[in-house]
Amino acid sequence: MTAPLLELDNVTISYQRRRDLVDAVRNVSLVVQPGEAYGLVGESGCGKSTLAMAVLRYLPRNGLLTSGHVLFEGRDLFTMTAPELRRIRGDRIAMVYQNPGSALNPTIRVGAQVAEVYRHHRGLAHRAATEAALDMLRKVRISEPDRVAALYPYQLSGGMQQRVVIAMALASDPALLVLDEPTTALDATVQADILDLFQDLRGELKASILFISHNLAVVQQVCDRIGVMYAGELIEQGTIREVFQRPRHPYTAALFDCIPDFGVRKKDRRLAGIAGGVPDLADLGTGCLYEPRCLISRTVCRVDHPELMRAGTRHLSRCFFHMETPLPGSAAPLAGVAQSPENGRSDRLPLLSLNKVGRRFGKAHILDEIDLEIAPGETFGLVGESGSGKSTLAKVIAGLVPPSTGTVALNNERVAGTASRRTRRQRRDVQMVFQTPDATLNPKKRLASILGRAVRVLAGLTGRRKRDRSSALLADVQLPPKMMTATPDRLSGGQRQRVAIARAFAGDPKLVILDEPTSALDVSVQASILNLLLDLQRESEVAYLFISHDLAVVRYLSDRIGVMYLGEIVEIGPAERVFRPPFHPYTQSLIAAVPRLGTEKPARPVSLDVAPSGPADRPSGCPFHTRCPRAYDPCRTEAPPWRDAGEGYMIRCWIALDALEASQTAALRTRRKPDPVRVGPRP
Amino acid sequence: MAETLIDGRRGPRRRRFAPARGTIPLAIGLAMVLVWVATAIGAPWLAPYPPAEIDFLAISQPPSALHWFGTDQLGRDMASRVMHGGTYVLTIAPAATLLGLVLGAAIGLVTAWFGSWVDEVVMRVLDAVMAFPIVILAMLALTFLGAGTGNVILVIGLVFAPLIARTVRAAALVEARKEYIQAAQLRGEGSLYIMAVELLPNVRGPLIVEGTVRLGYAVFTSATLGFLGLGVQPPTPDWGLMVSENQALLTTAPWTVLFPALGIAWVVVAIGLAADGLKEYLEP
Repeated sequence: MTAPLLELDNVTISYQRRRDLVDAVRNVSLVVQPGEAYGLVGESGCGKSTLAMAVLRYLPRNGLLTSGHVLFEGRDLFTMTAPELRRIRGDRIAMVYQNPGSALNPTIRVGAQVAEVYRHHRGLAHRAATEAALDMLRKVRISEPDRVAALYPYQLSGGMQQRVVIAMALASDPALLVLDEPTTALDATVQADILDLFQDLRGELKASILFISHNLAVVQQVCDRIGVMYAGELIEQGTIREVFQRPRHPYTAALFDCIPDFGVRKKDRRLAGIAGGVPDLADLGTGCLYEPRCLISRTVCRVDHPELMRAGTRHLSRCFFHMETPLPGSAAPLAGVAQSPENGRSDRLPLLSLNKVGRRFGKAHILDEIDLEIAPGETFGLVGESGSGKSTLAKVIAGLVPPSTGTVALNNERVAGTASRRTRRQRRDVQMVFQTPDATLNPKKRLASILGRAVRVLAGLTGRRKRDRSSALLADVQLPPKMMTATPDRLSGGQRQRVAIARAFAGDPKLVILDEPTSALDVSVQASILNLLLDLQRESEVAYLFISHDLAVVRYLSDRIGVMYLGEIVEIGPAERVFRPPFHPYTQSLIAAVPRLGTEKPARPVSLDVAPSGPADRPSGCPFHTRCPRAYDPCRTEAPPWRDAGEGYMIRCWIALDALEASQTAALRTRRKPDPVRVGPRP
Repeated sequence: MAETLIDGRRGPRRRRFAPARGTIPLAIGLAMVLVWVATAIGAPWLAPYPPAEIDFLAISQPPSALHWFGTDQLGRDMASRVMHGGTYVLTIAPAATLLGLVLGAAIGLVTAWFGSWVDEVVMRVLDAVMAFPIVILAMLALTFLGAGTGNVILVIGLVFAPLIARTVRAAALVEARKEYIQAAQLRGEGSLYIMAVELLPNVRGPLIVEGTVRLGYAVFTSATLGFLGLGVQPPTPDWGLMVSENQALLTTAPWTVLFPALGIAWVVVAIGLAADGLKEYLEP
């Protein structure tokens, strides 16, 4: 066996907080071999980023390595002198962070930034460095490197920026590439391209990869081995095949259950969240850290702290009962009574109807002639990349942004463009849950006052009845009554979103707009929030407008789905039909981009990493024609017609439906090749 | 190796007492101000002589056991006058700052919340006002209104309001874009409610810090106006006025200028120290 490239030996990293030392990473030992890709996954606060920074010895000022060694090529990073460390960081270890925008210097052309690496670390002359930079840009699949090299970072899309950052990282020919959530800030379509790139590069380069991500599916695509972290400890480690086929720690198994499989619907099963939260790192008991949330824990788990133990040939687990780890899927209960708001939908009046709604900001058409109806009790899912106008549409419906053209009607009654000019009843009927848990609640108010005000204004209750209603709301979102007196800073992200949901439900709304309500949350929390939303809907028959970039989540939750592109709806239909061929070429790329557990990726029909035209310079004809691989003449000049595929399923495209269906079914078939890695059996 | 050095830092060292950031300068600054507040309040009992008592037998005497800070050209005891002399500055400055805070917060919230042309018009007017040096502006206003304690408070408050309004507006603009404000709009809350109940508590931190900084300047400004003869009138003991009355004696009896000037400097420095500490404490 060759010597390991990177070896973490019993590493503990602590942060100094006021008077105490808190261990963020505890006794982690792991090894990355030359040429290997090691994935580190875990939810927020589990210590994975701290560990990544320790590998470069980039700890924040209050961070300390309190025990252990970080050995890179056999040398201890933490005993090196500053010049030695500098050489290692630039030449041997390179890093790619989450946000490419802040990794690039905005005032220097990107070609020059890549060339600079060649000059400084490889000692190339100016001319040679420029040549080498162009080569490297080509290597990271940037077409027309000559043109791109002369651009400034702000002229590039997020995906292109990240490619440039990767080019800079690779330019020094590092032995180890540390990737800290490199695709998290990108759209799914762009993420798919970047992951493709990593897979291709692995064949070409000999660099090892330490890949840090919260997304199991992403790690699966890139890595050979995986380590799962929980509360600062490594709790499971093994090859991708071992861990994904048969997880041997209850936490890993539960994580799999939190992610809706692409194709699973709310009728099929409930998502299994993980009850409770990550323990307070400053106050840990003697037992297993996962014990309070574990479904198979026993007495010994409460008392004894398990060490990493062998669970397979190269498989380690920090669980006494790892052999009894439930199979993913087995813990997930079937959905309760399958609700069917679809029944008889057609003969009821639509709750919400939009007629040719448009919104401009200056020259930019953010929304263009949107027609949409939502029935009472229905869940309508809206998907699309960032910049497609999803959030603006939500704000127009809610009355936060007045439409420039067209009308919004509730119960067939036209409503005013701004909430303040709507009637009290209309305001009560449409409420919204926002994306950012940190900003959704007024930080200076207690929950009692946040909920009390909503109850008072929306439900018109005062005094004792107001207090009773507030408590009932808090109970509905499964928060303990004692939280009433807390301010939002005492709450976790998931708890804040629960309060935001309770606030939206204060006046028994008819329509709740959910604008990416779970995208800032961990998957285990997301699952429980989605379950809560389903429960609330079952009790109150509220309609949801659910906006998300996560296709699997939208498909799980929605009855009907609309796909938006550049301010237009390009496809709309029942959830079970929208993701079956034929679909719009844009939808096809969206679906292909979803990272999936356990299956091989389909042959990707189109790379969407062509920057979409902005809303200010909308292309004529079909807005998608600039990126569509199948565009032909009429697409460029005339707006495409709506084509009816039956069952209320409509596609806006020039290509005939049978032509779309034939090619797309063929593309899907290639995906169903025997898949070597499968997640355990699922109901 | 038990503990590894990271970038030259030693291993864990637990401090027994770790006060929150900024509390030490805040405490020192507050104590320094309180010394003068207590002195000003207690002056009638503490001062060895009545502040206006003229003693022609002891004109322009240097500091001595009898007259700690010496006497001025009318033989009045400087120590007694300095002890009384803080009263005006220490009432005018907080009152004027409070007025400036109320006005500034109101203007800042309104411009940030309503935006568009309201913001444009109001902020351009304020820019024009701020283009003048504060003391010149205050002098102009006081010449029209006439000198006097009430007018000094009014004028300093008015002159400070634009500066405070800018700070509040900047902070409120950030808050106004947050989602909890959108939630309030969805409930149909009125502008007054949103400004007063949702926005104001969330700009409190910058508002308090700005207020403390302004308080220091208010002490300075009111002393300057006293010096220019636009504040309280003789024979009332006032630091600014004393410096002005005695400036001709600067070479022959420097103590008559030194001690009142020291009083002003002391309070301004103390408030500045407290402001720094408060800023650290509120905005770590």
